[in-house]
Amino acid sequence: MDQFILQILNGLDKGSAYALIALGLTLIFGTLGVVNFAHGALFMLGAFVAVTMSKLLTLSHKVVDETRTDFLGNPLQVEVPYIYDWFGQATGDVIIDWAVPISIIAAIPVMIAIGFIMERGLIKHFYKRPHADQILVTFGLAIVIQEIVKYLYGANPIPTPAPSAFVGSFDFGVALGFDPNAIIYPYWRLVYFFFSIGIIAAVFAFLQFTTFGMVVRAGMADRETVGLLGIDIDKRFTIMFGIAAAVAGLAGVMYAPINSPNYHMGMDFLVLSFVVVVVGGMGSLPGAVAAGFLLGILESFASMSAVIDFLPGINQIIIYLVAIIILLTRPRGLMGRKGVMEE
Amino acid sequence: MSNSKFSRRGVLKTGMVASAGLALPQYLRADAHAGFTNAPGDSEVILGFNVPQTGPYADEGADELRAYELAVEHLNGGGDGGMLGTFSSKALDGTGILGREVKYVTGDTQTKSDAARASARSMIEKDGAIMITGGSSSGVAVAVQALCQEAGVIFMAGLTHSNDTTGKDKRANGFRHFFNSYMSGAALAPVLAANYGTDRKAYHLTADYNWGYTTEEAVKSSTEAMGWETVNAVKTPLTQTDFSSYIAPVLNSGADVLVLNHYGGNMVNSLTNAVQFGLREAQANGKNFEIVVPLYSRLMARGAGANVAGIFGSTNWHWSLQDAGSQAFTRSFGTKYGFPPSQAAHTTYVQTLLYADAVTRAGSFNPCAVAEALEDFEFDGLGNGPTLYRGADHQCFKDVLVVKGKENPENEFDLLEIVEVTPVEQVTYAPDHPQFAGGALGTCNPGA
Repeated sequence: MDQFILQILNGLDKGSAYALIALGLTLIFGTLGVVNFAHGALFMLGAFVAVTMSKLLTLSHKVVDETRTDFLGNPLQVEVPYIYDWFGQATGDVIIDWAVPISIIAAIPVMIAIGFIMERGLIKHFYKRPHADQILVTFGLAIVIQEIVKYLYGANPIPTPAPSAFVGSFDFGVALGFDPNAIIYPYWRLVYFFFSIGIIAAVFAFLQFTTFGMVVRAGMADRETVGLLGIDIDKRFTIMFGIAAAVAGLAGVMYAPINSPNYHMGMDFLVLSFVVVVVGGMGSLPGAVAAGFLLGILESFASMSAVIDFLPGINQIIIYLVAIIILLTRPRGLMGRKGVMEE
Repeated sequence: MSNSKFSRRGVLKTGMVASAGLALPQYLRADAHAGFTNAPGDSEVILGFNVPQTGPYADEGADELRAYELAVEHLNGGGDGGMLGTFSSKALDGTGILGREVKYVTGDTQTKSDAARASARSMIEKDGAIMITGGSSSGVAVAVQALCQEAGVIFMAGLTHSNDTTGKDKRANGFRHFFNSYMSGAALAPVLAANYGTDRKAYHLTADYNWGYTTEEAVKSSTEAMGWETVNAVKTPLTQTDFSSYIAPVLNSGADVLVLNHYGGNMVNSLTNAVQFGLREAQANGKNFEIVVPLYSRLMARGAGANVAGIFGSTNWHWSLQDAGSQAFTRSFGTKYGFPPSQAAHTTYVQTLLYADAVTRAGSFNPCAVAEALEDFEFDGLGNGPTLYRGADHQCFKDVLVVKGKENPENEFDLLEIVEVTPVEQVTYAPDHPQFAGGALGTCNPGA
C-alpha cells in the first residue's frame, strides 16, 4: 500500500510537467491549428530563465585575496557578488537563495515576448500549410533554440537549487500511519505539484470566466463566425500563443531545481508531451491535463523494481503502450472532440 | 588516318583503371607507402582527434580537444613543454614526431557509435590520419577501436571506463590509458569498508548499457568481498532524466547505501534526485544512509553542485595531485586556458604523448612497430606514478584515486578532494579475470 501511494505521489510531479506542457501544446493547436514541436524548447527556455536569474544575481567583481593562492599559485581572486555590495551579505544570500521563485516574475514577460516573436516572426507564415510543414519548421526551430542555449550555457547541466527553506523531504509515511521513511516526498516537488495545479486552474478560469477567454473559446469552435462578427480573432490567438509559451516557461522555471537544466531537457519532454496530447484527445484542454497526470503516474508504477522484474523493459515503453491501447479503443483519445484533425 | 598511338579502347581502359584507383579509399591503396596505412611524408604527420563536439558530452569533448591542442603544441616545441619535461622517457625533444611537424584534424563523435565511426573513417580515409584518439564513452571507444583495427591505424582511447574496452572487446591496435570499472571497484571497496563498516546493505541503480553493467558487477563483487550485501540492483534507462520513481523505494528497501552506477547527465540527475529525497540525512538499519558514485568526473560533479559533498567515488586523475607531472600539466593547461584540466583532458594529453613517444622509440610510424613499443612499456612522470602499459590487454596499470565531494568548495573547479591514492598492486588483475573474459587481442593490423 505504501509503495502504491509512493508511486502515485511520484507520478504527480512528473505528471504536472507533462500536463503543463501538454496544456500549452493543446492551447496552440486548438487556437491556431499549429502542431508546435518547438514547445519543449519553450519549457527549456523557462528553465534557463531561472539559470540566467541565478547568474545575474551572482554577478560578481573580483577582489584579490593575498593570503590565499589559486591552483596556479597566484594570489586568489575572490568573486564577490555585486548584490553583497548593495544589500549586505546576509540579505544578498537570501536573495540569491530565492533566485528560482524570483525568476517567475521575470519569466512571465520574457516567455510571452518569446512566444510573440516566435508566432509573429515564423509560425504565422505556416498557418495555411500542411501539418507536416508545421512540424518540420517548428522542429527545426527547436533545434536552433537548443543549439543557441548550448552555445551560451554549455552542454553540461547547470545546478539551480531550490530555496534552502524547501530542501529536504516530507515524511508522508509517518503522517499516514506507515513506517517512517516508507513514503518520503521532497518539499520542492510538492511545491511544483501545487504550483502546476494553480497554473492549470488559472488558465481554465481565464478561458472560462473572462470575455477574452469566451471569445477565444468561440474562435476555437468556429473561427469564421467569430471573424464575421467583427472580432479580430487572429490577434487574440497570438496572445494565446504568448500565454501558452508562458505556461511552458513557468513549468520550466519551477522544474529547474528538480533536475539541473541542460540544453536538451525540452526534447526529453517534447515527445512524451505529444503522446500526452494524443492520449488526452487533440484539442481537449481537460484531456491534456488528465492524460498528463495519468501517464506520469503510470510511468512511475512501471519503474517499480517489482514491475520491472515481472515485465523487463516495461518502464521504457509504458507510455507508448498505453497510447496504442487508448488509440485503438478510443481513436479520438480520452476526451477528444469529433472533427479535430479528421478533415 | 590518325597516327595516334592511343586507341579509343585503350583510352577507355586506362581511364577506367585510373578512375577506379582514384576512387579507392586512401587507406586501401598500396602505394603505401611503406606498407602501412597513411604513412606520413617527410614534413608532417596528421593525428585524428575524435571527440564529442556536440551532444551531451560536448563540454568534456571540448576539454579533450584543449588537451590535444596543448599536446600538439608541446610536441612541436611550443609552450612550456608541459609533461615532456617530467616524462621518464626522454625520446621526445620538441621537434614533432620523428622530425615531422604534428598536425591534426578533428571529428565529432556526438557520443554516438555510428557517428564516431563515420568521423574516424573520414579522418583516416580523407585526411590521412595515422592515429585516432579521443571519445567520452565506452560504446564509442569499442566501435572506433574496431574500426581502427580494420583500417590499420592505432587507436589511443580517450575517456572509456567499461571493462570491455580492454576486456572482451580489446583489439591489437587499441590502447587504453584510462582506468576501468574493475579498478574503481577494487579501489573504492576498502575505503567504503573503512568509512562505512563491513556490515552494509547496498542498493544499485545502474545505467542500462554496457558501462553500467561492468561497473555494477565490479562494485558488487568488490564490496561483497568486503562483507557487504547487495539488496537490489535496478537498471535505469539511459534516456531517463527524472529518477524519483527509482529512488523513492530505496529507503524502504532495507538498504543503507545507494550506489549510483551512472555517468554524465544520468549521474547529475540521479544524485540530485537522491539528495532531494533526503537520502543524505536519512537513517537506515540504525546507520547513516550513504550514497556512492563509482566514477566521478569533475565536469559532471559541477552539474550536481553542492549535492556531491561528502560522496565517495573514484577518478583517473585530479589536478590537485602534487607530483611533478600533474603540476606541470596543470600549470601548462591552466596558463593557456585559465582553469584547471579535467581527467578527460589529462588522459587524452597523456595518450598523445605516449603515442608520439612510442613512434620515436620504435623509429617508425608503422602501427605494428608502435604497438610493440607500447606493449609492456613502463613509464613515470605523467601524473599517475609508475605505470605499465600491459601487453596482454593494452590496459594501463597505475594508481587509482579515491575521491570525495568537497564539503566547502572554494570555486567551481575545487569540487573533489583526494581521499586515498590506491596503489597499483591493489587494482591489478590477471588478463583472464572473469570480468574481462572473452575476446582476444588478435594480431596487429598495419593496413595498406
